[in-house]
Amino acid sequence: MAAKSSILSSSGQVRRAIVVGGGLGGLMTVIKLCEAGIPVDLFSLVPVKRSHSVCAQGGINASVNIKGEGDSPYVHFYETVKGGDFLAHQPPVKGMADAAPGIVFMLDRMGVPFNRTPEGNLDFRRFGGTLFHRTAFAGATTGQQLLYALDEQVRRYESQIVEDDKGVSIPGEYMVRKFEFWDLCGLVLDDGGTCKGIVAQDLKNGEIRSFRGDGVCLATGGPGVVFGRSTNSIINTGIAAAIAYEQGAKYANGEFIQVHPTAIPGTDKLRLISESVRGEGGRVWVPKDRKDKRRGADIPEGERYYFLEERYPKYRNLVPRDIASREIFRTVFHDGYSAEGQQAAYLDVTHLCKTPTGKAAVRKKLEGVLEIYEKFVGEDPYENPMRIFPAVHYSMGGLWADYEKGADGSLKPASPRNQMTSIPGLYATGEVDYQYHGANRLGANSLLSCIYGGMVTGPAMASYREAMKSSAFDAPSTLFESEQKKRQAEYDTLLGRTGAEYDVNPYQLHHKLGEMMLQKVTVERHDKELDEVIATIKDYKSQWKRCAALDTTSRGTMNQSVVFLRHLRGMLEIADIIASGARQRQECRGAHYKPILDPELNPDNPKAKGRDDEEWLKTTIAVLENGGPRLSYEAVDVSLEPLAKRDYGKVTTSKPQSTGEAQRPADVKPLAKPEEPPSTRTTSES
Amino acid sequence: MATETITLKIKRGDGDGPSRWEEYKVPRQPMMNVISCLMEIQRNPVTASGQKTSPVQWDAACLEEVCGSCTMVINGKARQACSALVTELSPNDEPIVVEPMTKFPRVRDLVVNRQRMFDALKKVKAWVQVDGSHFLGAGPKVSQEDQEVMYPLSRCMTCGCCVESCPNYNDRSPFMGPQVISIVRLYNMHPSGKMQAGARLDALMGEGGISDCGKAQNCVKVCPKGIPLTESISVMGRETLKRALFGWLLKG
Repeated sequence: MAAKSSILSSSGQVRRAIVVGGGLGGLMTVIKLCEAGIPVDLFSLVPVKRSHSVCAQGGINASVNIKGEGDSPYVHFYETVKGGDFLAHQPPVKGMADAAPGIVFMLDRMGVPFNRTPEGNLDFRRFGGTLFHRTAFAGATTGQQLLYALDEQVRRYESQIVEDDKGVSIPGEYMVRKFEFWDLCGLVLDDGGTCKGIVAQDLKNGEIRSFRGDGVCLATGGPGVVFGRSTNSIINTGIAAAIAYEQGAKYANGEFIQVHPTAIPGTDKLRLISESVRGEGGRVWVPKDRKDKRRGADIPEGERYYFLEERYPKYRNLVPRDIASREIFRTVFHDGYSAEGQQAAYLDVTHLCKTPTGKAAVRKKLEGVLEIYEKFVGEDPYENPMRIFPAVHYSMGGLWADYEKGADGSLKPASPRNQMTSIPGLYATGEVDYQYHGANRLGANSLLSCIYGGMVTGPAMASYREAMKSSAFDAPSTLFESEQKKRQAEYDTLLGRTGAEYDVNPYQLHHKLGEMMLQKVTVERHDKELDEVIATIKDYKSQWKRCAALDTTSRGTMNQSVVFLRHLRGMLEIADIIASGARQRQECRGAHYKPILDPELNPDNPKAKGRDDEEWLKTTIAVLENGGPRLSYEAVDVSLEPLAKRDYGKVTTSKPQSTGEAQRPADVKPLAKPEEPPSTRTTSES
Repeated sequence: MATETITLKIKRGDGDGPSRWEEYKVPRQPMMNVISCLMEIQRNPVTASGQKTSPVQWDAACLEEVCGSCTMVINGKARQACSALVTELSPNDEPIVVEPMTKFPRVRDLVVNRQRMFDALKKVKAWVQVDGSHFLGAGPKVSQEDQEVMYPLSRCMTCGCCVESCPNYNDRSPFMGPQVISIVRLYNMHPSGKMQAGARLDALMGEGGISDCGKAQNCVKVCPKGIPLTESISVMGRETLKRALFGWLLKG
């Protein structure tokens, strides 16, 4: 029997949906749910305004074609699929590229202070993997500005009272209830395995409670902290995805971890220097003399090796991230080049700052990024080339999520299947899902995929809720009580780890895990090392059982150390998924690279095929079984565009060319069309 | 001369209970900030005198000074712990003194609850009242000049430095703080945001609004993002005055 009222359950309670995570994906989902008249409980580890989306710097892609270059959403779709080395299902990517211009317009209407052209239109800059100006930006803190705009819209709904089906206000019930400083502890699944709610913990006082939800969405971001130091916020432990995985959800393409080419090394985190720096003309180089220890600014032009420009004369410094990272890694680690004697390369904008007007223009567009370098390194990047090195940045993989294909080959709007995980009633959106980026994400596509994911998830959850046979608010309370008790007992057990047998410090264990993952499961992967990593993770899982509580306060107190123990358990599971997926996949695709399978390095080995579509054009699916991941594979939907070689016009030279006089990136004019022009097709803009 | 270790003095305590000071010594490494010192204490929770203790509780997320989480009072000044570099704080081995902000209820150790700042944003209706998130075409045009005024205002991360330094912001006063006045200026500048300018000005003219500002001008000095807070206060002072004098004529 269908629920009598769309707003109230049979027992007279307001039927709320649950969204966990308050970054762009979560907030957009909330907005869409509210617009559909569905009240929401929103949970977040931190006040939502402090979510990791703030860290995105460079911009958001949308083929608005403001510069008249002949860009179109179809080209955006194609370049995204190609950038991801054809591992992404094509229909969702097409849906995203088609929706992008509308998304940027919506954000503009919400008040995001995007940079402007002299006519007052949105300005667009260049980013990696394309030759078009496709990236809208607000200074160099675009993610922050986008997050604030959505945060403000959600705050509006926080002040709005719920109305029943007759339009009568229900006193005390607001469209959005925020639970900030709350951490997910578990999903409430009924006997049929359908998600009916969650158990969460108030981090301020340790209280653990269950919540009912007619539809639950996880928008909890990526697991970068598994690698110890990364460009991620330190809240990005991936715990929510790990909990879903522990409770039966499939995790897809875990081995695809994006390493960003340009970050500042640091002891607490590796701070990102945005790709927009190269988009605005920044150049990457090393001194030609491997032993050169002079300051970057003192090395004359002719003694610099612009290796990206020489190897990729067409895309130059704006090749996709996996390629740029590998080239920097190889140049510094294997070829022995350095910057001021350190294992680093230079990212240089000083040539753009020679005149006061040039410097002012750079400041206007990049200040937010360059000030990070200034503040954290204590050097002036307008005068001295910045020393950078690759760092873990983004997870293309994540919770497996479904989609329904529409007649136009794109996503079918409002299908309840869109963005649903393998657990019925549980959705995933944003970096926590795996849908949009294949084997490598293009820069400035992440803000887009988060918002697009939310725009799809809201209506999908509304359709799901409408079709529910019975509301979670009418389910027996024992269902919720038992999961709550289980999670409380789990927490109490961790809190009680005070004896001498608990001799492992969880933060030290995490540090060891991070260093190992960073060294062995990032840019270059070797089977022998991966075997060691997998064995070590197993050992760490048993060490986790000996981890101490460190903080023996009562149940009712904030206790970050014990909460961290829970997160560490999740990180070990995700590390296992990443390493096992990487071990199994015998090819090079996007961010996943095994030197032994690179035909360029092994021309005589027929097995070194690089990307191997015959064997490996498939999604990795991990499910938890017997304490570790069991892997299986699923076909990729390539129904819209045929596979092609992922070529960015590499010229093979092992040594720096003698002239070193490369053309300035600022002079590069985009070609009218991308290399494999797919732009003959028309697109349906919605 | 800098030695091998860094000394930290940290004020600890639960809720509104009593506070205590604990001292720590952590190994010095290049490019350290206060966050990496706190991380070191997590990995080895022992005080300088060798006593076992619990790890210090602190709030942090982005570690690149865009989220506002890790605001604390460091050597007497409210700032983000992530951008507080050890070499600057303690060039000659001075101890680094770390306390929670004082203007908000303490949760535990260095963690405070800044909900009051978010509530203030609600009160002044700090949003553009869009008709919906569906496709309605391009947004309004904005000149480069206006964008250059609006963008810096929009970088406020609700971190609390300004209100921590403001003598008029405390638990005995309803003052909403300088950051809110600046945000109203931002929304009242936006081409469609200004359609609700009157309602926001009314909120600024009400309880805890602009008249509670004592013009101490501390806020602008401590803002980590260099937001022109005093300029915003004077602009909004003019706007609210205009509304108070002529509002009934403008029927906004």
